[in-house]
Amino acid sequence: MSISRRIADEQPDHFAFSAENKKLIKAIMAKYPKERKASAVLPLLDLAQRQHDNWLPMKAIEAVAEACDMPEIRVLEVASFYTMFNLKPVGKYFIQACGTTPCWLRGSNEVMRCIKDKLGISSGQTSACGKFSLLEVECLGACVNAPMVQINDDYYEDLDYMSMSVLIDRLDADDVPAAGSLRGRQGSQPEPAPTSLTNVVDFKDASTAKKTKSSPKTTKGKGDGHA
Amino acid sequence: MSGIITLTVDGTEVEVEEGSTVLQACEAAGKEVPRFCYHERLSIAGNCRMCLVEMERSPKPVASCAMPAGNGMVIKTDTPLVKKAREGVMEFMLINHPLDCPICDQGGECDLQDQAMGYGLADSRYQEEKRAVENKNMGPLISTIMTRCIHCTRCVRFATEIAGVPELGAIGRGEAMEITTYLEKALDSELSGNVVDLCPVGALTSLPYAYKARSWELSHTSTIDVMDAVGSHIRVDTRGNEVMRVLPRINDDINEEWISDKTRHHIDGLASQRIDRPYMRGANGRLAEASWDDVFAAIAKAVKKAKPSEIAALAGDLADAEAMFALKTLIETLGSPHMDCRQDGSVIGQQGQGGYLFNSTIAGLDEADAIFLIGANPRHEAAVMNARIRQNWLNSGLKVFRLGEAVDLTYPVKELGTDANILDKLVSKGGPVITALKNAKRPMIVVGAGALNRKDSAGILASVSAIAKAVNLVTPEWNGFNILHTAAARVAGLMMAFLPAKGGKATADIMKAMEKGEIKLLFNLGADELNFSQRSSNTTMIYIGSHGDHGAAQADIVLPGAAWSEKDAIYVNMEGRVQHAHKANFPPGDAREDWAILRALSAVLGKTLGFDNLDALRAALISAYPVFGNVDTAQPARPKVLGRKQAISDLPLTTAITVANRGAGNSRNFYMTCPISRASVTMAECVKAFEANNDVKAAE
Repeated sequence: MSISRRIADEQPDHFAFSAENKKLIKAIMAKYPKERKASAVLPLLDLAQRQHDNWLPMKAIEAVAEACDMPEIRVLEVASFYTMFNLKPVGKYFIQACGTTPCWLRGSNEVMRCIKDKLGISSGQTSACGKFSLLEVECLGACVNAPMVQINDDYYEDLDYMSMSVLIDRLDADDVPAAGSLRGRQGSQPEPAPTSLTNVVDFKDASTAKKTKSSPKTTKGKGDGHA
Repeated sequence: MSGIITLTVDGTEVEVEEGSTVLQACEAAGKEVPRFCYHERLSIAGNCRMCLVEMERSPKPVASCAMPAGNGMVIKTDTPLVKKAREGVMEFMLINHPLDCPICDQGGECDLQDQAMGYGLADSRYQEEKRAVENKNMGPLISTIMTRCIHCTRCVRFATEIAGVPELGAIGRGEAMEITTYLEKALDSELSGNVVDLCPVGALTSLPYAYKARSWELSHTSTIDVMDAVGSHIRVDTRGNEVMRVLPRINDDINEEWISDKTRHHIDGLASQRIDRPYMRGANGRLAEASWDDVFAAIAKAVKKAKPSEIAALAGDLADAEAMFALKTLIETLGSPHMDCRQDGSVIGQQGQGGYLFNSTIAGLDEADAIFLIGANPRHEAAVMNARIRQNWLNSGLKVFRLGEAVDLTYPVKELGTDANILDKLVSKGGPVITALKNAKRPMIVVGAGALNRKDSAGILASVSAIAKAVNLVTPEWNGFNILHTAAARVAGLMMAFLPAKGGKATADIMKAMEKGEIKLLFNLGADELNFSQRSSNTTMIYIGSHGDHGAAQADIVLPGAAWSEKDAIYVNMEGRVQHAHKANFPPGDAREDWAILRALSAVLGKTLGFDNLDALRAALISAYPVFGNVDTAQPARPKVLGRKQAISDLPLTTAITVANRGAGNSRNFYMTCPISRASVTMAECVKAFEANNDVKAAE
């Protein structure tokens, strides 16, 4: 896709860092030598994107360029290099779906099909309701719980068609489930039960306590039938 | 410091300096290494991979441009492995490169085309879809066909490093990577045309030259540029009698391998607004066509009517040395002392060669460690030299101070304001600039046209002389006193003393005397920057020149001269470098070389000049002023104490040439400084484009 198409046509006239973020910028800048302000370009772009509904307008690029003492084109080069930076508005829930080999082998195509069925969008598009955007990305490093998607800052793992569908429904109702495995798996522990280190004293108690705390209640059990 | 290392290339031992790359070692061994991204004058990118060579003990071929040469390395450039590797690289490059050579302006002089002959496969194995890239707007000089781009990033590096306008970049990545300016602004540089030369493919080509000619139908003439006083070495490409384009020639002492956009693109002005036959003002007050015989007879009548002291001559900014010498000789024969080649009204030139040359030489800019600019704007007055100053700042942190208008020079400058009065204070009280110049091993003071074209320039020069003395500017090893000229003709004029003789009048006085009618006859050799509309009605002005500009419009008799590309001529650059320009095409219609017109006229006046051809003229010139015999070398000299005591006015120091058009100010626009560039449509488009840019900046 042509890069100019990745940049939003409609741009806001103005962008300024919030007072809170200005403080953060000072703290970030303090980490680098004074004459190496450009080092802060990535954290500042991230700040700007978080402040501006998860996308970077050109005015934000210019604000970062000024703060980092860099030519604007250099900041745009960085922002357009990383897929994590959005140069166009995205939905409230920005879904980055992994399609790399491990996820693909474990059924990422089904996850994509679910998104297509429910939201009618493919990679790079935003749903008609404006609430969801999808981007197919390369490996996000959670292969142990493949297939997975990243939604805003959180990973949702161990997905299949049904659990993805439930996930979208819940997000649509702004009921954001806890991050992690949607099959109730603790981290990347073996299923259905631990296969090693079974004789460690107190292991069971500790793990159960944590498990109850972090597993999403509503999805628990629902996904099991489709595993 | 740097030692010599020895390595083997294809079985031959070569010695190169430490810090060289393997590619340079291969070249030293006489081996040609194909490349796209590597360029001698730019930083190393190593991204095209075309220069792969085999290195002993390395499991893979290495990119020779980015690999430092090491002692005892064994390099092979002609093995099957190398050929296969380069063929692989070439195949990747051709995957997305369109096969549109027949309609591509780069065709015939394209690096990719040439190297595909050596490393390209006959057939493509590629079955998938090719990518296409939208073209970008890069202003009125650069045409873009971005699908042809192979992402060598030479243009990006040139804009960032040499031109100092970091506006070009590569956005996106992988297959989606594209070269563009930020929000597609025109590249705001006076050197932007050079990216066209740097582009190894047809992605960036010259917009004014688009689809005009093919490289193999052009004849080449090596000559000298006259758009500024740098004297850049250029090649003029002509087809038939038409100048199609101008390209730089490499000369490390002057322009390296860059030329300014004005030099490159003013040439459409050579063919428009031309004076192609003699004209004479008729009874109705209008200029009408006339024959050579008629105009010469009219001039003879006017000369007869005027007393010798009522005759004067002015030479313009593009006049060649031969024409000026012929005119000077004619005026002297007629018995008049009134002549001047300084139409800007400066007072330099009468105190020896050291007082008006760029004595440190242009190459000396590389060595300088502190520069004090006084009324000088090198970016627009000598664009190629500004790139050198920038390189020096990039490489060794050169300190630059400026007294004068704050124009962005593409490197940091410590500003001292615009009040020339502080010069005297600097002499008596010192300051950071004086300390910096004193501590510098190679200090330079550069006095520009902004300081010289003022009425109080003698006072400024006197103060500068005092500073020069105080900071020990001139030593036996180093001469740091420099005048930055803006006119190609000026130094030659000063060298042959085309200046008021004893009791003679200088430019301003000649103009005044013409208003009063005290000067009755003026020979104007292409002086177009003056306003003659106030001259008295009983004066006669004879204009000799190539273009219908201010001078011709206000003249009574117009003699058609040859423009710079149409004559063999001598120009002297601001270092005192005498350079021979060569004829690339013929003048239009009845136009003749200026010296020949003056020679013919002298015969009609009964004062026949003593030379019948150019060689005889040059011999006479050299015997009168031997300095013209010393060709192609800078001729710096020790400056004497310059100027005289004179109060310096409070007027702010402005720059003589810049891009911003400030209407009432006396500064001229970089793109339009002479009759030829004013006649150029391309230059007019540049003015429009870059002024729009400046307006946007001003609004912000």
